[in-house]
Amino acid sequence: MTSVPALVVDNLRKTYGNGVEALKGISLTVQPGDFFALLGPNGAGKSTLIGILSSLVNSTGGDARVFGMSVNRQRSEAMRLIGLVPQEINFNQFEKPFDICVNEAGFYGIPRRIAAQRAEKYLKELRLWDKAFHPAREMSGGMKRRLMIARAMMNEPRLLILDEPTAGVDIEIRRSMWQFVSAINAAGTTVILTTHYLEEAESLCRNIAIIDHGTIVENTSMKRLLATLDVETFILDVPAAPAGLPQLPGIALRRTDEHTLEVEMARSQDLNTLFAALSTHGIAVTSMRNKTNRLEELFVRLVEGTRQEPAQEKVA
Amino acid sequence: MSSMSANLVALHTVARREIVRIVRIWTQTLIPPAITMTLYFVIFGKLIGSRIGSIAGGFSYMQYLVPGLVMMSIINNSYMNISSSFFGAKFQRSVEEMLVAPMADWVILLGYVIGAVARGLVVGALVLLIALFFTSLHVAHPLITLASVVLGATIFALAGFVNAIYAKKFDDIALVPTFVLAPLTYLGGVFYSIKMLSEPWQGISRINPILYMVNALRFGVLGISDVPVGMAFVVMLVFVIALSILALQLLRRGVGLRS
Repeated sequence: MTSVPALVVDNLRKTYGNGVEALKGISLTVQPGDFFALLGPNGAGKSTLIGILSSLVNSTGGDARVFGMSVNRQRSEAMRLIGLVPQEINFNQFEKPFDICVNEAGFYGIPRRIAAQRAEKYLKELRLWDKAFHPAREMSGGMKRRLMIARAMMNEPRLLILDEPTAGVDIEIRRSMWQFVSAINAAGTTVILTTHYLEEAESLCRNIAIIDHGTIVENTSMKRLLATLDVETFILDVPAAPAGLPQLPGIALRRTDEHTLEVEMARSQDLNTLFAALSTHGIAVTSMRNKTNRLEELFVRLVEGTRQEPAQEKVA
Repeated sequence: MSSMSANLVALHTVARREIVRIVRIWTQTLIPPAITMTLYFVIFGKLIGSRIGSIAGGFSYMQYLVPGLVMMSIINNSYMNISSSFFGAKFQRSVEEMLVAPMADWVILLGYVIGAVARGLVVGALVLLIALFFTSLHVAHPLITLASVVLGATIFALAGFVNAIYAKKFDDIALVPTFVLAPLTYLGGVFYSIKMLSEPWQGISRINPILYMVNALRFGVLGISDVPVGMAFVVMLVFVIALSILALQLLRRGVGLRS
Protein backbone atom coordinates (compact mmCIF):
# COMPACT_ATOMS: atom_id res chain seq x y z
CA MET A 1 0.00 0.00 0.00
CA THR A 2 1.39 3.42 -0.92
CA SER A 3 0.82 6.27 1.47
CA VAL A 4 0.43 9.91 0.47
CA PRO A 5 3.67 11.81 1.19
CA ALA A 6 3.52 14.21 4.12
CA LEU A 7 4.99 16.89 1.90
CA VAL A 8 5.71 17.21 -1.79
CA VAL A 9 7.47 20.38 -2.88
CA ASP A 10 7.27 20.65 -6.64
CA ASN A 11 9.47 23.11 -8.54
CA LEU A 12 8.74 25.83 -5.97
CA ARG A 13 9.91 29.32 -6.83
CA LYS A 14 9.92 32.62 -5.03
CA THR A 15 11.21 35.92 -6.32
CA TYR A 16 10.62 38.83 -3.95
CA GLY A 17 9.51 42.26 -5.13
CA ASN A 18 13.08 43.57 -4.86
CA GLY A 19 14.21 40.97 -7.41
CA VAL A 20 15.84 38.58 -4.93
CA GLU A 21 15.31 35.00 -6.13
CA ALA A 22 14.98 33.17 -2.81
CA LEU A 23 13.88 29.81 -4.25
CA LYS A 24 14.95 28.70 -7.72
CA GLY A 25 12.56 25.86 -8.40
CA ILE A 26 13.17 23.41 -5.56
CA SER A 27 11.60 19.98 -5.26
CA LEU A 28 11.64 17.52 -2.41
CA THR A 29 9.47 14.88 -0.77
CA VAL A 30 9.00 14.10 2.91
CA GLN A 31 7.43 10.77 3.80
CA PRO A 32 4.83 10.43 6.55
CA GLY A 33 6.33 9.83 9.98
CA ASP A 34 9.74 11.15 8.96
CA PHE A 35 11.93 13.38 11.09
CA PHE A 36 13.35 15.53 8.34
CA ALA A 37 16.18 18.06 8.59
CA LEU A 38 16.13 21.13 6.35
CA LEU A 39 19.52 22.75 6.66
CA GLY A 40 21.25 25.65 5.04
CA PRO A 41 23.18 28.79 5.87
CA ASN A 42 21.43 32.06 6.71
CA GLY A 43 19.66 33.47 3.66
CA ALA A 44 19.66 30.11 1.86
CA GLY A 45 15.88 30.05 1.41
CA LYS A 46 14.79 27.83 4.34
CA SER A 47 12.52 30.42 5.94
CA THR A 48 11.04 31.35 2.56
CA LEU A 49 10.20 27.68 1.97
CA ILE A 50 8.63 27.39 5.43
CA GLY A 51 6.81 30.69 4.83
CA ILE A 52 5.28 29.29 1.63
CA LEU A 53 4.31 26.01 3.33
CA SER A 54 2.57 27.95 6.12
CA SER A 55 1.01 30.44 3.63
CA LEU A 56 2.83 33.48 5.06
CA VAL A 57 4.74 33.85 1.80
CA ASN A 58 3.15 33.69 -1.65
CA SER A 59 5.11 31.53 -4.09
CA THR A 60 5.79 32.82 -7.60
CA GLY A 61 5.84 29.37 -9.18
CA GLY A 62 5.35 25.68 -8.48
CA ASP A 63 3.32 24.19 -5.67
CA ALA A 64 3.57 22.29 -2.41
CA ARG A 65 1.19 19.58 -1.24
CA VAL A 66 0.69 18.64 2.40
CA PHE A 67 -0.70 15.10 2.59
CA GLY A 68 -2.00 15.67 -0.94
CA MET A 69 -3.54 19.11 -0.23
CA SER A 70 -2.22 21.92 -2.39
CA VAL A 71 -1.01 24.93 -0.44
CA ASN A 72 -2.03 27.13 -3.40
CA ARG A 73 -5.43 25.68 -4.25
CA GLN A 74 -6.58 24.03 -0.99
CA ARG A 75 -5.05 26.43 1.51
CA SER A 76 -7.51 25.82 4.37
CA GLU A 77 -7.31 22.02 4.09
CA ALA A 78 -3.50 22.13 3.92
CA MET A 79 -3.19 24.56 6.84
CA ARG A 80 -5.41 22.35 9.00
CA LEU A 81 -2.69 19.66 8.76
CA ILE A 82 0.28 21.86 9.67
CA GLY A 83 1.62 23.06 13.00
CA LEU A 84 4.24 25.81 12.79
CA VAL A 85 6.86 26.79 15.33
CA PRO A 86 8.39 29.93 13.80
CA GLN A 87 11.87 31.27 14.26
CA GLU A 88 10.75 34.55 15.88
CA ILE A 89 8.51 34.91 18.92
CA ASN A 90 5.13 35.75 17.39
CA PHE A 91 2.50 35.66 20.10
CA ASN A 92 0.94 38.57 21.95
CA GLN A 93 3.22 38.88 24.96
CA PHE A 94 0.48 40.57 27.00
CA GLU A 95 -1.72 37.49 26.81
CA LYS A 96 -1.47 34.46 29.06
CA PRO A 97 -0.07 31.17 27.70
CA PHE A 98 -3.36 29.37 28.37
CA ASP A 99 -5.29 32.01 26.39
CA ILE A 100 -2.68 31.99 23.60
CA CYS A 101 -3.13 28.22 23.20
CA VAL A 102 -6.92 28.25 23.49
CA ASN A 103 -7.22 31.10 20.98
CA GLU A 104 -4.90 29.31 18.58
CA ALA A 105 -7.18 26.27 18.71
CA GLY A 106 -10.15 28.57 18.13
CA PHE A 107 -8.55 29.89 14.94
CA TYR A 108 -8.52 26.28 13.73
CA GLY A 109 -12.22 25.90 14.55
CA ILE A 110 -11.66 23.75 17.63
CA PRO A 111 -14.42 24.30 20.22
CA ARG A 112 -13.36 26.04 23.42
CA ARG A 113 -13.97 23.07 25.73
CA ILE A 114 -11.67 20.79 23.73
CA ALA A 115 -9.19 23.64 23.28
CA ALA A 116 -8.97 24.14 27.06
CA GLN A 117 -8.27 20.42 27.59
CA ARG A 118 -5.54 20.42 24.94
CA ALA A 119 -3.99 23.62 26.29
CA GLU A 120 -3.71 22.05 29.74
CA LYS A 121 -2.28 18.82 28.27
CA TYR A 122 0.43 20.45 26.14
CA LEU A 123 1.34 23.17 28.61
CA LYS A 124 1.83 20.45 31.23
CA GLU A 125 3.84 18.26 28.86
CA LEU A 126 6.09 21.19 28.06
CA ARG A 127 6.38 22.08 31.76
CA LEU A 128 4.67 25.46 31.42
CA TRP A 129 1.52 24.85 33.42
CA ASP A 130 2.71 26.87 36.41
CA LYS A 131 3.05 29.87 34.06
CA ALA A 132 -0.21 29.25 32.21
CA PHE A 133 -2.12 32.12 33.80
CA HIS A 134 0.63 34.75 33.95
CA PRO A 135 1.35 37.20 31.10
CA ALA A 136 3.62 35.55 28.54
CA ARG A 137 6.07 38.47 28.64
CA GLU A 138 7.14 37.33 32.13
CA MET A 139 8.49 34.04 30.76
CA SER A 140 12.12 33.30 29.91
CA GLY A 141 13.29 32.87 26.30
CA GLY A 142 13.29 29.07 26.61
CA MET A 143 9.76 29.08 28.02
CA LYS A 144 8.54 31.27 25.16
CA ARG A 145 9.99 28.78 22.66
CA ARG A 146 8.26 25.89 24.45
CA LEU A 147 5.04 27.88 24.45
CA MET A 148 5.26 28.14 20.66
CA ILE A 149 5.59 24.35 20.48
CA ALA A 150 2.56 23.92 22.74
CA ARG A 151 0.64 26.40 20.59
CA ALA A 152 1.63 24.55 17.39
CA MET A 153 0.26 21.31 18.89
CA MET A 154 -3.21 22.75 19.55
CA ASN A 155 -4.59 21.57 16.20
CA GLU A 156 -2.76 18.24 16.65
CA PRO A 157 -1.04 18.60 13.28
CA ARG A 158 0.07 15.72 11.06
CA LEU A 159 3.05 17.81 9.94
CA LEU A 160 4.96 19.82 12.54
CA ILE A 161 7.41 22.38 11.15
CA LEU A 162 10.04 23.68 13.57
CA ASP A 163 12.06 26.65 12.33
CA GLU A 164 15.15 26.91 14.52
CA PRO A 165 13.18 26.16 17.68
CA THR A 166 16.22 25.87 19.96
CA ALA A 167 18.00 29.09 19.00
CA GLY A 168 19.34 30.66 22.19
CA VAL A 169 17.92 27.93 24.42
CA ASP A 170 20.06 26.31 27.14
CA ILE A 171 21.06 22.65 26.91
CA GLU A 172 18.65 21.32 29.51
CA ILE A 173 15.61 22.96 27.97
CA ARG A 174 16.79 21.98 24.50
CA ARG A 175 16.96 18.32 25.59
CA SER A 176 13.49 18.44 27.12
CA MET A 177 12.15 20.02 23.91
CA TRP A 178 13.69 17.25 21.82
CA GLN A 179 12.28 14.59 24.13
CA PHE A 180 8.84 16.05 23.57
CA VAL A 181 9.23 16.40 19.79
CA SER A 182 10.73 12.90 19.49
CA ALA A 183 7.75 11.48 21.36
CA ILE A 184 5.36 13.37 19.05
CA ASN A 185 7.27 11.98 16.05
CA ALA A 186 7.21 8.46 17.49
CA ALA A 187 3.44 8.80 17.83
CA GLY A 188 3.19 9.43 14.07
CA THR A 189 3.56 13.17 13.50
CA THR A 190 5.91 14.05 10.64
CA VAL A 191 8.49 16.59 11.75
CA ILE A 192 10.49 19.01 9.62
CA LEU A 193 13.29 20.75 11.48
CA THR A 194 15.59 23.59 10.57
CA THR A 195 18.43 24.25 12.96
CA HIS A 196 21.95 25.61 13.09
CA TYR A 197 22.84 23.06 15.79
CA LEU A 198 23.89 20.32 13.41
CA GLU A 199 24.45 17.75 16.14
CA GLU A 200 20.71 18.04 16.81
CA ALA A 201 19.90 17.30 13.19
CA GLU A 202 22.39 14.40 13.13
CA SER A 203 20.99 12.75 16.24
CA LEU A 204 17.30 13.35 15.58
CA CYS A 205 16.66 13.32 11.84
CA ARG A 206 16.42 10.35 9.50
CA ASN A 207 16.44 12.30 6.24
CA ILE A 208 17.97 15.58 5.24
CA ALA A 209 17.90 18.28 2.59
CA ILE A 210 20.53 20.98 2.39
CA ILE A 211 19.47 24.17 0.70
CA ASP A 212 21.75 26.96 -0.44
CA HIS A 213 21.18 29.94 -2.72
CA GLY A 214 17.61 28.80 -3.27
CA THR A 215 18.50 25.34 -4.58
CA ILE A 216 18.68 21.92 -2.97
CA VAL A 217 22.34 20.88 -2.90
CA GLU A 218 21.75 17.57 -1.10
CA ASN A 219 18.66 15.49 -0.38
CA THR A 220 19.23 12.02 1.03
CA SER A 221 19.06 9.93 4.17
CA MET A 222 21.19 10.99 7.12
CA LYS A 223 22.97 7.62 7.14
CA ARG A 224 23.83 7.82 3.45
CA LEU A 225 25.06 11.38 3.78
CA LEU A 226 27.26 10.62 6.77
CA ALA A 227 28.65 7.59 4.96
CA THR A 228 30.04 9.90 2.27
CA LEU A 229 32.29 11.51 4.86
CA ASP A 230 35.60 9.78 4.12
CA VAL A 231 37.88 11.79 6.38
CA GLU A 232 37.63 12.41 10.09
CA THR A 233 39.56 14.78 12.31
CA PHE A 234 40.42 13.93 15.91
CA ILE A 235 41.83 16.00 18.73
CA LEU A 236 44.30 14.13 20.96
CA ASP A 237 45.18 15.41 24.41
CA VAL A 238 48.76 14.50 25.34
CA PRO A 239 50.88 15.29 28.42
CA ALA A 240 53.60 16.84 26.24
CA ALA A 241 53.44 17.23 22.48
CA PRO A 242 56.91 16.92 20.92
CA ALA A 243 58.00 19.31 18.20
CA GLY A 244 59.01 16.48 15.84
CA LEU A 245 56.05 14.23 15.03
CA PRO A 246 56.14 10.87 13.27
CA GLN A 247 55.33 10.82 9.55
CA LEU A 248 52.57 8.27 8.91
CA PRO A 249 51.28 7.36 5.45
CA GLY A 250 47.74 8.71 4.86
CA ILE A 251 47.60 10.39 8.26
CA ALA A 252 48.13 14.12 8.76
CA LEU A 253 49.40 14.78 12.27
CA ARG A 254 49.75 18.36 13.51
CA ARG A 255 50.76 19.90 16.84
CA THR A 256 48.32 22.66 17.80
CA ASP A 257 49.83 23.44 21.23
CA GLU A 258 52.09 21.75 23.78
CA HIS A 259 49.28 19.49 25.03
CA THR A 260 47.26 18.95 21.87
CA LEU A 261 47.66 17.11 18.59
CA GLU A 262 45.26 17.15 15.62
CA VAL A 263 44.93 14.10 13.40
CA GLU A 264 43.20 13.95 10.03
CA MET A 265 42.78 10.46 8.63
CA ALA A 266 40.62 8.43 6.29
CA ARG A 267 37.69 6.70 7.94
CA SER A 268 38.87 3.43 6.40
CA GLN A 269 42.18 3.63 8.23
CA ASP A 270 42.85 1.71 11.40
CA LEU A 271 43.19 3.79 14.56
CA ASN A 272 45.55 1.14 15.96
CA THR A 273 48.19 2.17 13.37
CA LEU A 274 48.05 5.72 14.72
CA PHE A 275 48.27 4.70 18.37
CA ALA A 276 51.08 2.22 17.68
CA ALA A 277 53.12 4.92 15.92
CA LEU A 278 52.50 7.43 18.70
CA SER A 279 53.44 4.86 21.32
CA THR A 280 56.69 4.04 19.46
CA HIS A 281 57.61 7.74 19.63
CA GLY A 282 56.83 7.83 23.34
CA ILE A 283 53.68 9.97 22.96
CA ALA A 284 50.97 8.95 25.42
CA VAL A 285 47.37 9.90 24.60
CA THR A 286 45.25 10.80 27.63
CA SER A 287 42.00 11.51 25.77
CA MET A 288 40.59 11.78 22.27
CA ARG A 289 37.53 13.42 20.63
CA ASN A 290 36.12 14.34 17.22
CA LYS A 291 37.16 17.82 16.18
CA THR A 292 33.74 18.70 14.76
CA ASN A 293 30.40 17.17 14.40
CA ARG A 294 30.42 14.92 11.33
CA LEU A 295 27.38 16.53 9.78
CA GLU A 296 28.89 19.95 10.30
CA GLU A 297 31.94 18.91 8.30
CA LEU A 298 29.76 17.70 5.42
CA PHE A 299 27.54 20.74 5.61
CA VAL A 300 30.48 23.11 5.30
CA ARG A 301 31.88 21.17 2.35
CA LEU A 302 28.55 21.11 0.50
CA VAL A 303 27.80 24.76 1.07
CA GLU A 304 31.33 25.89 0.30
CA GLY A 305 31.24 23.72 -2.81
CA THR A 306 28.20 25.56 -4.16
CA ARG A 307 29.83 28.91 -3.43
CA GLN A 308 32.97 28.01 -5.38
CA GLU A 309 31.16 26.71 -8.45
CA PRO A 310 29.86 30.05 -9.77
CA ALA A 311 33.33 31.59 -9.28
CA GLN A 312 34.92 28.82 -11.34
CA GLU A 313 32.34 29.31 -14.07
CA LYS A 314 33.18 33.00 -14.16
CA VAL A 315 36.89 32.30 -14.57
CA ALA A 316 36.19 29.82 -17.35
CA MET B 1 -16.42 19.75 11.44
CA SER B 2 -17.71 21.72 8.46
CA SER B 3 -15.82 24.70 7.15
CA MET B 4 -18.64 27.08 8.16
CA SER B 5 -18.88 25.86 11.75
CA ALA B 6 -15.06 26.00 12.02
CA ASN B 7 -15.18 29.58 10.74
CA LEU B 8 -17.87 30.46 13.28
CA VAL B 9 -15.72 29.10 16.12
CA ALA B 10 -12.81 31.15 14.74
CA LEU B 11 -15.01 34.25 14.49
CA HIS B 12 -16.10 33.83 18.10
CA THR B 13 -12.43 33.47 19.08
CA VAL B 14 -11.26 36.62 17.26
CA ALA B 15 -14.18 38.75 18.52
CA ARG B 16 -13.87 37.44 22.06
CA ARG B 17 -10.13 38.12 22.09
CA GLU B 18 -10.77 41.69 20.95
CA ILE B 19 -13.40 42.28 23.61
CA VAL B 20 -11.18 40.75 26.32
CA ARG B 21 -8.44 43.16 25.21
CA ILE B 22 -10.78 46.16 25.55
CA VAL B 23 -11.77 45.10 29.06
CA ARG B 24 -8.17 44.22 30.03
CA ILE B 25 -6.97 47.74 29.23
CA TRP B 26 -10.19 49.55 30.18
CA THR B 27 -8.26 52.49 31.64
CA GLN B 28 -6.95 53.18 28.13
CA THR B 29 -9.99 52.17 26.10
CA LEU B 30 -13.02 53.36 28.07
CA ILE B 31 -12.05 56.03 30.59
CA PRO B 32 -10.15 58.64 28.48
CA PRO B 33 -12.98 59.17 25.95
CA ALA B 34 -15.48 59.51 28.79
CA ILE B 35 -13.32 62.20 30.42
CA THR B 36 -12.79 64.05 27.12
CA MET B 37 -16.50 64.10 26.37
CA THR B 38 -17.35 65.26 29.88
CA LEU B 39 -15.09 68.27 29.22
CA TYR B 40 -16.88 68.92 25.92
CA PHE B 41 -20.23 68.86 27.71
CA VAL B 42 -19.02 71.19 30.48
CA ILE B 43 -17.26 73.70 28.20
CA PHE B 44 -19.28 73.69 24.98
CA GLY B 45 -22.62 72.47 26.27
CA LYS B 46 -22.88 74.14 29.65
CA LEU B 47 -20.63 77.22 29.71
CA ILE B 48 -20.81 78.36 26.06
CA GLY B 49 -24.05 76.60 25.17
CA SER B 50 -26.06 78.43 27.83
CA ARG B 51 -25.32 81.70 25.98
CA ILE B 52 -26.17 80.25 22.54
CA GLY B 53 -29.71 79.20 23.19
CA SER B 54 -31.46 77.02 20.58
CA ILE B 55 -29.88 76.13 17.21
CA ALA B 56 -32.64 74.03 15.65
CA GLY B 57 -35.96 72.38 16.44
CA GLY B 58 -36.36 74.23 19.74
CA PHE B 59 -33.71 72.07 21.44
CA SER B 60 -31.12 73.58 23.79
CA TYR B 61 -27.56 73.68 22.49
CA MET B 62 -26.62 70.99 25.01
CA GLN B 63 -29.39 68.71 23.66
CA TYR B 64 -28.33 69.46 20.10
CA LEU B 65 -24.71 68.64 20.95
CA VAL B 66 -25.36 65.23 22.55
CA PRO B 67 -25.96 63.10 19.39
CA GLY B 68 -22.96 64.71 17.68
CA LEU B 69 -20.62 64.04 20.57
CA VAL B 70 -21.94 60.49 21.00
CA MET B 71 -21.31 59.76 17.30
CA MET B 72 -17.90 61.45 17.50
CA SER B 73 -16.87 59.20 20.40
CA ILE B 74 -18.21 56.12 18.65
CA ILE B 75 -16.37 56.66 15.39
CA ASN B 76 -13.13 57.74 17.09
CA ASN B 77 -13.05 54.76 19.43
CA SER B 78 -14.12 52.26 16.83
CA TYR B 79 -11.38 53.51 14.52
CA MET B 80 -8.67 53.69 17.16
CA ASN B 81 -9.52 50.28 18.57
CA ILE B 82 -9.15 48.38 15.35
CA SER B 83 -6.20 50.33 13.97
CA SER B 84 -4.13 49.98 17.14
CA SER B 85 -5.16 46.38 17.82
CA PHE B 86 -4.59 45.08 14.29
CA PHE B 87 -1.42 47.08 13.77
CA GLY B 88 -0.22 45.88 17.19
CA ALA B 89 -0.82 42.30 16.04
CA LYS B 90 1.17 43.04 12.88
CA PHE B 91 3.94 44.71 14.87
CA GLN B 92 4.22 41.80 17.34
CA ARG B 93 3.71 39.37 14.47
CA SER B 94 0.91 37.69 16.42
CA VAL B 95 -1.24 38.31 13.33
CA GLU B 96 0.62 35.29 11.90
CA GLU B 97 -1.38 33.10 14.29
CA MET B 98 -4.44 33.94 12.23
CA LEU B 99 -2.72 34.02 8.84
CA VAL B 100 -1.41 30.45 9.13
CA ALA B 101 -4.75 29.15 10.43
CA PRO B 102 -7.35 27.72 8.03
CA MET B 103 -9.85 30.50 8.76
CA ALA B 104 -11.38 32.61 5.98
CA ASP B 105 -10.38 36.24 5.48
CA TRP B 106 -13.89 37.48 6.30
CA VAL B 107 -13.58 35.87 9.72
CA ILE B 108 -10.50 37.94 10.57
CA LEU B 109 -12.15 41.13 9.31
CA LEU B 110 -15.52 40.55 10.98
CA GLY B 111 -13.93 39.48 14.27
CA TYR B 112 -11.93 42.69 14.49
CA VAL B 113 -14.92 44.79 13.36
CA ILE B 114 -17.10 43.25 16.08
CA GLY B 115 -14.48 44.18 18.68
CA ALA B 116 -14.18 47.74 17.39
CA VAL B 117 -17.94 48.25 17.15
CA ALA B 118 -18.32 46.88 20.68
CA ARG B 119 -15.85 49.45 22.02
CA GLY B 120 -17.49 52.24 20.01
CA LEU B 121 -20.92 51.35 21.37
CA VAL B 122 -19.77 50.99 24.99
CA VAL B 123 -18.01 54.37 24.83
CA GLY B 124 -21.07 55.88 23.10
CA ALA B 125 -23.31 54.53 25.88
CA LEU B 126 -20.95 55.98 28.52
CA VAL B 127 -21.00 59.37 26.82
CA LEU B 128 -24.79 59.27 26.60
CA LEU B 129 -24.94 58.40 30.30
CA ILE B 130 -22.68 61.36 31.13
CA ALA B 131 -24.84 63.62 28.94
CA LEU B 132 -27.85 62.76 31.09
CA PHE B 133 -26.13 64.50 34.02
CA PHE B 134 -26.28 67.74 32.01
CA THR B 135 -29.56 67.54 30.12
CA SER B 136 -32.67 65.43 29.61
CA LEU B 137 -33.25 63.46 26.41
CA HIS B 138 -36.10 61.51 24.90
CA VAL B 139 -35.05 59.18 22.07
CA ALA B 140 -37.39 59.95 19.17
CA HIS B 141 -36.64 56.91 16.94
CA PRO B 142 -34.91 54.06 18.84
CA LEU B 143 -34.37 51.82 15.78
CA ILE B 144 -32.86 54.63 13.71
CA THR B 145 -30.68 55.53 16.70
CA LEU B 146 -29.43 51.95 17.00
CA ALA B 147 -28.92 51.50 13.24
CA SER B 148 -27.01 54.76 12.90
CA VAL B 149 -24.59 54.05 15.75
CA VAL B 150 -23.93 50.50 14.53
CA LEU B 151 -23.36 51.65 10.95
CA GLY B 152 -21.19 54.62 12.03
CA ALA B 153 -19.04 52.37 14.21
CA THR B 154 -18.79 49.76 11.42
CA ILE B 155 -17.68 52.28 8.79
CA PHE B 156 -14.86 53.56 10.96
CA ALA B 157 -13.90 50.09 12.11
CA LEU B 158 -13.45 49.11 8.46
CA ALA B 159 -11.54 52.32 7.70
CA GLY B 160 -9.28 51.72 10.72
CA PHE B 161 -8.65 48.16 9.54
CA VAL B 162 -7.57 49.39 6.10
CA ASN B 163 -5.33 51.98 7.76
CA ALA B 164 -3.72 49.26 9.93
CA ILE B 165 -3.11 47.04 6.90
CA TYR B 166 -1.19 49.78 5.11
CA ALA B 167 0.58 51.09 8.24
CA LYS B 168 4.27 50.30 8.55
CA LYS B 169 4.88 52.08 11.85
CA PHE B 170 2.80 53.36 14.76
CA ASP B 171 2.97 56.92 13.38
CA ASP B 172 1.02 55.75 10.34
CA ILE B 173 -2.02 54.87 12.44
CA ALA B 174 -1.92 58.26 14.20
CA LEU B 175 -1.75 60.28 10.97
CA VAL B 176 -5.24 59.51 9.70
CA PRO B 177 -7.08 60.37 12.97
CA THR B 178 -5.11 63.61 13.25
CA PHE B 179 -5.20 64.86 9.69
CA VAL B 180 -8.38 63.28 8.30
CA LEU B 181 -10.70 62.06 11.01
CA ALA B 182 -10.52 65.06 13.37
CA PRO B 183 -11.11 67.75 10.69
CA LEU B 184 -13.95 65.75 9.10
CA THR B 185 -15.56 65.22 12.51
CA TYR B 186 -15.33 68.86 13.56
CA LEU B 187 -16.67 69.95 10.16
CA GLY B 188 -19.32 67.21 10.10
CA GLY B 189 -22.05 69.04 11.97
CA VAL B 190 -21.16 67.80 15.45
CA PHE B 191 -21.22 71.29 16.94
CA TYR B 192 -23.46 73.16 14.50
CA SER B 193 -26.13 72.85 11.86
CA ILE B 194 -24.81 73.19 8.31
CA LYS B 195 -27.89 75.36 7.66
CA MET B 196 -25.96 78.03 9.55
CA LEU B 197 -23.35 77.99 6.74
CA SER B 198 -23.59 79.93 3.52
CA GLU B 199 -22.89 78.42 0.11
CA PRO B 200 -20.51 77.03 -1.04
CA TRP B 201 -19.66 75.76 2.50
CA GLN B 202 -23.03 74.09 2.89
CA GLY B 203 -22.49 72.20 -0.38
CA ILE B 204 -18.93 71.30 0.54
CA SER B 205 -20.12 69.99 3.91
CA ARG B 206 -22.42 67.57 2.09
CA ILE B 207 -19.46 65.60 0.70
CA ASN B 208 -18.30 64.84 4.26
CA PRO B 209 -19.53 61.33 5.17
CA ILE B 210 -19.46 62.11 8.89
CA LEU B 211 -22.23 64.68 8.33
CA TYR B 212 -24.60 61.85 7.38
CA MET B 213 -23.68 59.73 10.40
CA VAL B 214 -24.09 62.60 12.85
CA ASN B 215 -27.39 63.65 11.33
CA ALA B 216 -28.76 60.11 11.17
CA LEU B 217 -28.13 59.81 14.91
CA ARG B 218 -29.46 63.30 15.58
CA PHE B 219 -32.65 62.34 13.76
CA GLY B 220 -32.85 59.13 15.77
CA VAL B 221 -32.44 60.94 19.10
CA LEU B 222 -34.01 64.37 18.48
CA GLY B 223 -36.06 63.86 15.32
CA ILE B 224 -34.21 66.62 13.40
CA SER B 225 -31.58 66.40 10.66
CA ASP B 226 -29.73 68.62 8.16
CA VAL B 227 -29.92 65.87 5.50
CA PRO B 228 -32.66 63.43 4.46
CA VAL B 229 -32.39 60.42 6.76
CA GLY B 230 -32.91 57.95 3.90
CA MET B 231 -29.97 59.45 2.07
CA ALA B 232 -27.87 59.30 5.26
CA PHE B 233 -28.47 55.54 5.50
CA VAL B 234 -27.74 55.03 1.78
CA VAL B 235 -24.43 56.88 2.18
CA MET B 236 -23.53 54.82 5.25
CA LEU B 237 -24.42 51.51 3.57
CA VAL B 238 -22.39 52.43 0.48
CA PHE B 239 -19.38 53.12 2.71
CA VAL B 240 -19.82 49.84 4.60
CA ILE B 241 -19.99 47.84 1.37
CA ALA B 242 -17.12 49.67 -0.35
CA LEU B 243 -14.80 49.48 2.65
CA SER B 244 -15.67 45.81 3.27
CA ILE B 245 -14.78 44.93 -0.32
CA LEU B 246 -11.55 46.90 -0.08
CA ALA B 247 -10.52 45.33 3.25
CA LEU B 248 -11.28 41.80 1.99
CA GLN B 249 -9.33 42.42 -1.21
CA LEU B 250 -6.34 43.61 0.80
CA LEU B 251 -6.54 40.55 3.04
CA ARG B 252 -6.88 38.21 0.07
CA ARG B 253 -3.83 39.73 -1.61
CA GLY B 254 -1.98 39.73 1.70
CA VAL B 255 -1.05 43.41 1.37
CA GLY B 256 1.20 44.34 4.29
CA LEU B 257 0.72 40.85 5.74
CA ARG B 258 2.18 38.20 3.46
CA SER B 259 5.42 38.48 1.45
